[in-house]
Amino acid sequence: MAATTVALPPARASRRWGHQNAWGYFWSFIAWVLAIFLFFPVFWMVLTSFKTEGAAYTYPPRFIFHPTLSEYDSVFSGVQSFTKPFEHSIFVTLFSTALVLILAIPAAYSLSINPIKKWRNVLFFFLTTKMLPYVAAVIPIFIVAKDLHLLNNEWSLVILYTSMNLPLAIWMIRSFLVEVPKGLLEAARIDGAGLWVEITRVIMPITLPGIAATALICSIFAWNEFFFAQSLTTTNPTMSVFLVSSIQSEGLYWAHLAAASTVASLPVILAGWIAQKQLVRGLSFGALK
Amino acid sequence: MTTTPSSLQQLPVDRALGSVNGQAPPRAVTARAEAWKRRLPLMPALIYVIIVTQAPFAVTLWYSFRRWNLLIPGSNKFAGLQEYRAAFDDPAFRQAAVRTVEMTASAVILAMLMGTGMALLVNRKFFGRGVVRTLLITPFLIMPVATDLLFKTTIYDPVFGFLDYVLKPLGVGQVNWLGTHAGLQGEDLEALEAAHVDGATTIKTFVYITFPNIKRYMDLGVLLGSIFIVQTFGEVFTMTAGGPGTSTTNLPYYLYEQVFNNFTVGVGAAAGIIVLILTEIVASFALRLLSGLLVASAGAG
Repeated sequence: MAATTVALPPARASRRWGHQNAWGYFWSFIAWVLAIFLFFPVFWMVLTSFKTEGAAYTYPPRFIFHPTLSEYDSVFSGVQSFTKPFEHSIFVTLFSTALVLILAIPAAYSLSINPIKKWRNVLFFFLTTKMLPYVAAVIPIFIVAKDLHLLNNEWSLVILYTSMNLPLAIWMIRSFLVEVPKGLLEAARIDGAGLWVEITRVIMPITLPGIAATALICSIFAWNEFFFAQSLTTTNPTMSVFLVSSIQSEGLYWAHLAAASTVASLPVILAGWIAQKQLVRGLSFGALK
Repeated sequence: MTTTPSSLQQLPVDRALGSVNGQAPPRAVTARAEAWKRRLPLMPALIYVIIVTQAPFAVTLWYSFRRWNLLIPGSNKFAGLQEYRAAFDDPAFRQAAVRTVEMTASAVILAMLMGTGMALLVNRKFFGRGVVRTLLITPFLIMPVATDLLFKTTIYDPVFGFLDYVLKPLGVGQVNWLGTHAGLQGEDLEALEAAHVDGATTIKTFVYITFPNIKRYMDLGVLLGSIFIVQTFGEVFTMTAGGPGTSTTNLPYYLYEQVFNNFTVGVGAAAGIIVLILTEIVASFALRLLSGLLVASAGAG
């Protein structure tokens, strides 16, 4: 198949189309141009974060300049310090994700490997909760949080983010558990393996990467969440809320905003690159692989 | 646990009750115990979700039938459908409803076209494909609020304002392109090879083989995308605050203003219930589609 065109070395040849023709090169070129075009704002954000405020506003924009960490300094110290919100976001993200996994793994187990009778209905019930508009729920949540003095309390966000990510996690983890070969489980049972052995020796090793990916995706959503954080925390904000409130001030702030945005986004960018292939699965509730 | 070939069939029941010598208890009891043993791991998650997600909507529904201003003590009274009428009589609400539909439709259509285009581009083997894919995913990973702020602060800049303007719908469209991309990955390679051997043109291959294959993934992208975009709040809040005037106020932002600025719980709740109904109409289609995909992709389940 690959040898249809002699002009191209086989190694370069596309498996799908048999050979790379002129159009092939054209589309590859377009893909590269588009990728660089779309990545450029991200690159520009990171670049600006190493400038001084003065340098950030020069026109035409400069690519070559003396890099400085002064804006990062002001992000982590100074009056508008991000340290507290950063810690706050990490707390909320870690605890909500841990809670999601503790609740989701057993639930996914009883919807896949050892399924209850109406597993399909339950699975779809979880999904419908993800399709409810949060805005419609925020009023009673706000009033209850106010009455329980849970406004500005990180636990109110932990509770909400857990419920926000739980359906997604159950669907995803279930899709990984379904892939555990039935034969392997039967073999373990015939060998007299108990439930504990079945879980630790058979299920866990196969599904651990999937569970890790699920945790990463839940973390991304918790880290980026804005609506509940904005509605329920004012004096004790998370990163997203603080980012918005920090630029209300007058004066030059591009470089500061760029540095702050880079700091706020970096954990997610790294997580996203690691779990790139699993993102698809997460965003489609595990329906796509 | 001892297992002899003859007791093998009874194994699950034995394990359920932990009986060692395989004496069978009455059938009804075993069945019920077994059912509960299966249900047990599910219960914490199920109860949690019901309390945290279902209860607030029930309460919102209750609030929507009441006239209640948080600033006026003793104003919490039953008002029937009055708050719904108040919402519909408010020109700002009607405008917000129209805006919501417009924003959702245009963003979803744009995201759909660009998403499918990007997915098709990356679906070929070429030099640096992995890097291109990573570069295309990265804008999606920037904290949405940060993208909004950078967009807002640089929109008047001739160069970078334009770049961000193009980037914005794409950020929304990531769900779509990732989904379609996944659909393309699962495409029937043999059918494509066959078509190629038969001398089919690229366009014909796309129309007759690729498109039917990815259609349901595109549908899924549109439906899930709509559900997410209907709820758009952060973008409106950070970039325009609903303005200029009320020109970019959508339903979620309208609701937020009603409750957190005007303190009128009743009208806000009524608006919330209307958003809920709109979302559920779209969601019912999404659910049906996902149900189909579930059957197709995980027949083992």
